[in-house]
Amino acid sequence: MSETPRARILARLRAAPRRPAPERPHWEPPAFGAGAKAKFRAMMEASHADVHEVTRADWPDRLRTILANKGVERVLYAPATLAGAQLASAWGDGNSPRLMAYDRPVEEMKEVLVHQVQAAVTMARGGIAQTGSLVLWPTADEPRLMSLLPPIHVALVEESAIGDSLAVTMAAQGWAAGMPTNAVLISGPSKTADIEQTLAYGVHGPKELIVLVISDEAK
Amino acid sequence: MAADARISNFGAKAHIALNDPKLRANFRRAMDGLMSKRAAQFADPDEWTALRARGAAIRARALAQLPELLERLEANCTANGIQVHWAETTQEANAVVLGILQAAGAKRVIKGKSMVTEEMHLNAHLEGNGIEAVESDLGEYIIQLAGEAPSHIVMPCIHKNKAEIAELFADKIAGLAYTENVDELTAAARAALRGRFADADAGISGVNFAVAETGTLVLIENEGNGRLSTTLPPLHIAVTGIEKVLEKLADVAPLLSLLPRSATGQPVTTYVNMISSPRKPGEKDGPRAVHLVLLDSGRSRVYGDVELSDTLRCIRCAACMNHCPVYTRVGGHTYTFTYPGPIGKILTPQLEGLDCAGDQPHASTLCRACADVCPVEIPIPDLLVRLRTEAVKPSAAAAVKGGGSGKSRAESLGWAGWTLMYGHPLAYRLATWGMALVGNWLPASAPMLKQWTSVRTKPKFAARTLHQLAREKGYGHE
Repeated sequence: MSETPRARILARLRAAPRRPAPERPHWEPPAFGAGAKAKFRAMMEASHADVHEVTRADWPDRLRTILANKGVERVLYAPATLAGAQLASAWGDGNSPRLMAYDRPVEEMKEVLVHQVQAAVTMARGGIAQTGSLVLWPTADEPRLMSLLPPIHVALVEESAIGDSLAVTMAAQGWAAGMPTNAVLISGPSKTADIEQTLAYGVHGPKELIVLVISDEAK
Repeated sequence: MAADARISNFGAKAHIALNDPKLRANFRRAMDGLMSKRAAQFADPDEWTALRARGAAIRARALAQLPELLERLEANCTANGIQVHWAETTQEANAVVLGILQAAGAKRVIKGKSMVTEEMHLNAHLEGNGIEAVESDLGEYIIQLAGEAPSHIVMPCIHKNKAEIAELFADKIAGLAYTENVDELTAAARAALRGRFADADAGISGVNFAVAETGTLVLIENEGNGRLSTTLPPLHIAVTGIEKVLEKLADVAPLLSLLPRSATGQPVTTYVNMISSPRKPGEKDGPRAVHLVLLDSGRSRVYGDVELSDTLRCIRCAACMNHCPVYTRVGGHTYTFTYPGPIGKILTPQLEGLDCAGDQPHASTLCRACADVCPVEIPIPDLLVRLRTEAVKPSAAAAVKGGGSGKSRAESLGWAGWTLMYGHPLAYRLATWGMALVGNWLPASAPMLKQWTSVRTKPKFAARTLHQLAREKGYGHE
C-alpha cells in the first residue's frame, strides 16, 4: 500500500464524528502580591532547597564560604556569562574551591562533568512563587548539564524576577513566541520516593540545590 | 509477566492477589499515603473545581481538533529540527525506534520512564535485536532488575517493600551488601546508573504533553533521570500516544497544576523539562538529533466514538487507581496489561479488544471514586457501563474492538426471562410465589447460585412474597 501510516491515522481521525471544541472556562492562578518572595522561599525550602538572600556585590564571597564549608573542591562555572565573569574576578586565583569552566562541548569534557565536578553555578531566568520553582533557559554559554550533573547546583535568581505562577510568567515573558532548545523548571534537588514512599535526595541529579536570591535593595 | 499474556484473567488473578497479605499491605500503605497527600493539595474545593474544569476543557478542546493539532505539532517540531514519525501499531513503533537506533549505530540505550514504551514492550524488542536498554527511573530500574512489569503507572515498583528491594539489590548489584537503608539503596542505584548515562548512545523517553503551538515536548519527573536521558546521549527518541497533544503552550500551566498534585500530592515535580529542538550550532550539550514517534495503536479507533473518546483525555496521573477500592486490594499486575486501575479498565478493552479484556469493565463497583478525583473529568464509571453494554450488545457502528464477544446464551436467556417476569404481573406473581415456596430447597451448589454462595451465605427466601404481605396489611393497588 502506498499510503503512509501518517495518512491512514489522520484519515481515521478525520472520519470520526466532529465534536465541538469547548471554550476554556475562567481560571486564575494564585497571586501573592508583596508576599511572592516569601512564598517562593517557603515553597523552595519545603522541597529541601537551601535559600540564601545575597546582594549583587557579596554573592561570590558568600558562595565561596558556603561551598568551602561543604568541602567542595571543584566548581563548574560558565565563563562567558555576566555571573560567571563576576565569579571569576571575585574568586581571584589560588582560592579553594577551584573554578572549572564549561567552555567546550560535552563530548570533550564528559569525564569531568559526569564524575569530577562537585558543584555548578548558573543563573536562573526567574522564579515561581506558587510552586517554589526556578526557571532556567540554558544557553550556549550556560549549558543544560550544569544544573543536572554536579551533586550541588547553585542557582542565582534576581528577586525582581520572581513571579507568582508559571501561567503569569509564561504570558509576561512571551514564551509561546519562541521557545529555547530547552527550558526547565527546577523545584528542589533531585529526589525519589520509589522505595516505600520514603523520600531520598540526589538519585540522579543534584543532591543539593542552593538558591541565591539577589535582593532588589542592592541595586 | 504481562509481556506474553494477551488475555485478561482478572478473576483468577484477583483471587491470588487477595490472598497475598504482603502485597495487600504494600498497596494499602502506599495508596493511603497518596490519597492523603492529594487531599491536602486540593483542600480548597473552589480552586479544585475551577482548575479541573479548565483542565478538562483543555483536553477536550485538544481532542476536538486532534488531526489538525497533530499536523501543527508535526510542522512546528519539524521546523524546530525534531524529526517526526508516525506508527499505527506498537510493532510499527518498535520498528521505527529500532531503525533510528540502527541508523545511528546505537548499541546502548538509557531510558526515562515511559508507559507507552511499556505498552510497546520496546525493551524486549530492542534486546532481541542486540541493543541494550537500561531503565533509569529508580522504580523502573528495580522492576527491570526483578524482571517484572510496572504495577502502577506513576510508581512502578509500589508492590515491593524495602526488604524485597534490599534483597534484589544485594543480589544484582555487584559489591553491594544487604541494606534496608533507603538512602544507601538510592545511592547504589545512582552509582550503578551514572556510567550508563555517560556511555549511552541514545536516550529514549515518553512525553507528558506535546505542544502543537510551539513544537515543544514537556516531560515531568523528580529524579533527573528523564533530563539526563534526554540531554547527555547524542540521540534522543521521544515516544508518545497521539492523544497527548495540546493546542497552546499556555495550556501546560493549568495541567501542570493538576498532574503532580493529583499524582503524588506534590505542588509540582522537581523537574519540568521542555524540549523544543536538538542541540543548535554553538550549544555545548544536548542531543544532536531528536526524534518524536507518534503512536496510534488503537487510539484513533477510540476517537471514532465521541463518548468513548473521553478516555483519551487522560493525563496519566494515576489518581483513579490510587483511590480505587478494587485496585488497592488487588494491585496492578492483576490487570495483566500495561494500564491498571480504573483508567486501564476503560482503556485496555478498547486498545486490546473486549474479546481479550472484556472482564475488566466488570472489575468495578461503580463507586465513582475515580470520577470524583479525575483531574480532567473523565466519566470513568459511565464508560465502564458503556463497555459492559458493548461487550454484549455492540452499537451499530461497532465502536469497540471485540464488541459482542461477551454475549452468552445463558446470560441472554436469563435477562430475557427477567424482562418477561418484570414486564408481566402474572408472570411476576407466579415466579415470586414459586421462589417463596421452593427457594429455600435449592442447594447452594445450584447453577448460577454457586458463584454467589461460594463466598457468601445463601440468601434465605421469605415464606411469603412482598405482595402477599402488602395485601395482608390492607394495601390495594397503587
